[in-house]
Amino acid sequence: MAAQEIDADSGSEFDDDLALQFYRDRPEWNDIIPIPQDDGPNPVVRIAYSERFQDVFDYLRAVLKADERSERALDLTKDAVELNAANYTVWHYRRVLLQALKKDLREEMRYISEIIQDHPKNYQVWHHRRAIVEWLKDPSNELNFTESILEKDSKNYHAWSHRQWVLQTFKLWDGELDYVHKLLLEDLRNNSAWNQRYFVMSNTTGFSDESVVDREVKYAIEFIKKAPNNESSWSYLRGVLALRDISSFPGLMQTCQDMYSENVRSPFLLSFIIDIYEEQLESKTFPEDTLLKATQLCDVLIQVDAIRLKYWEYIKRSLTLRFGKQGEA
Amino acid sequence: MGTPIKDVTLKPTAPKEVFFYKHVTYITSYSSKKDDYEYVMTEYLRMSGMYWGIAAMDLLGQLNRMNKQKIIEFTVSCQHECGGFGASIGHDPHLLYTLSAIQILAIYDALDSIDVDKVVEYVTGLQQEDGSFVGDKWGEVDTRFSFCAVATLSLLKRLDAVPDIEKAVQYVVSCMNFDGGFGVRPGSESHSGQIYCCVGFLSVTNNLHYVNADLLGWWLCERQLPSGGLNGRPEKLPDVCYSWWVLASLKIINRLHWIDSKKLTAFILACQDDETGGFADRPGDMVDPFHTLFGIAGLSLLGNHSDSIKPVNPVFCMPENILTRIGVAPQIL
Repeated sequence: MAAQEIDADSGSEFDDDLALQFYRDRPEWNDIIPIPQDDGPNPVVRIAYSERFQDVFDYLRAVLKADERSERALDLTKDAVELNAANYTVWHYRRVLLQALKKDLREEMRYISEIIQDHPKNYQVWHHRRAIVEWLKDPSNELNFTESILEKDSKNYHAWSHRQWVLQTFKLWDGELDYVHKLLLEDLRNNSAWNQRYFVMSNTTGFSDESVVDREVKYAIEFIKKAPNNESSWSYLRGVLALRDISSFPGLMQTCQDMYSENVRSPFLLSFIIDIYEEQLESKTFPEDTLLKATQLCDVLIQVDAIRLKYWEYIKRSLTLRFGKQGEA
Repeated sequence: MGTPIKDVTLKPTAPKEVFFYKHVTYITSYSSKKDDYEYVMTEYLRMSGMYWGIAAMDLLGQLNRMNKQKIIEFTVSCQHECGGFGASIGHDPHLLYTLSAIQILAIYDALDSIDVDKVVEYVTGLQQEDGSFVGDKWGEVDTRFSFCAVATLSLLKRLDAVPDIEKAVQYVVSCMNFDGGFGVRPGSESHSGQIYCCVGFLSVTNNLHYVNADLLGWWLCERQLPSGGLNGRPEKLPDVCYSWWVLASLKIINRLHWIDSKKLTAFILACQDDETGGFADRPGDMVDPFHTLFGIAGLSLLGNHSDSIKPVNPVFCMPENILTRIGVAPQIL
């Protein structure tokens, strides 16, 4: 399907001598008859699998078919994961084995941590980790762990999803805003961090309390002033104010106008001012030149953000159609 | 204003035309290099790989070069007793590969070669209490799977079979964010791929009125970078597959004209490999079938190569004429 992504970073080499031995050559496996991949009666494609890949998966198919619950099968899943960490059947089988053999789940957490470090963008490995956390009912290492992954890639979607699940399931909200703040100080354009701030706020205080909204508006503005072209901080500001009048919010218009007079021409600033004008126009109590000012800003945007010219033309046209005197449109 | 932008630069020598026959050769020969490491490594998603190749060939009007009989046989033999399809023979069933299989069979007008009722049973069985869908019987919840479920059922003309369609809709709507986009689960960051799935879901189920089309449309057209390419999230590099997901979503909400299509066309064309054929994620990278389909489909949506590429349906990423034949017309604003 169109939403399936190729996970290109799967597959790695074996790293110890025992593992280098083929299963077909190991005496302790000689009771198993390997099952080769069935490519169908008339294969569209005849795949020449690498020898090792074939060896491991032929034995895996055999133990899967026999539904064998053994230590050696558990070891075999490790080798299969090394060859393809995205194979969801292998992971499921591994979970079945972990339960059947009553394995130490702490040990499994150490193992999956290593695997995720190697394959941080793989769906299956994170799903496995979540299952183990659920079984252990212990999230104590999860925030540290996701932090270590986000240190290498602060926008890793899987790590953020896992972190959100942990926060929500185990109610670990306390230090999260501090963490997000730290990330934003490192990179104020980190959209994932802004989203996380919104996520924490909406799951804790919400945005109905005036003082909360005040604080968050100030927070966003502070970052906007540092980088007026930062889409994410503007987005957050809009999110915080989604249910309120922006035209009457104390100081907001003034702040925007100050930035404008300091020659800031960020499309996000201009667009925000246009939205304030639009709200004034809707309220019908506005200075006569409001529409003109708004459409003039659209003209500036058409110049400074030419790649989105059609969008700004649309905004200008709809303002004129809605609020202009007849004939002006 | 001196703002650093993560982007790529197109070389003056970058391709400016479609290498039509090179792409045809690339896709037909892809399936013959079976000893290729990459080919082996992608076996676990073979069914989707086949869909990418077949849909691309059909869009190029060259489907007759593929071995229809064998492809149908292979696809049919990947169906399990439970009704779902695996990525390859003997592989466990998954919703992702079930949709790919149904898309392949729909393109070949061969849906009568499988037990459709069983597929419907499999897909509907994946819906959860809260309306969401999982991808397989042990699996995770993801808005991708909500889309796969209704897209599959729609192609089978059995959308009516969803146990609780209203809950399914409400779940997807609950994943809508303050910026107008959608994520993988409620509260997850907006992401072009997930937006495509959610907007596609709402289109298939005729619920596009839930979308804030102007806000989402703006967010989507903000994905266009000076190179002309589109990214998947703010501050990420442009990519041909994200270009498709953004473009298709814009098309569904009728805002495609908000981006600079000339620049996007130039970006997509620059992602071609002028020697091997095929498209890469961005100029100069290795080509693959996944980006090749989305490159071709993107050019089709942009509409400026209509002499060589068939019109594509933005929701299903299949030729429009297939959907007309089946009688499926997802909502477009």
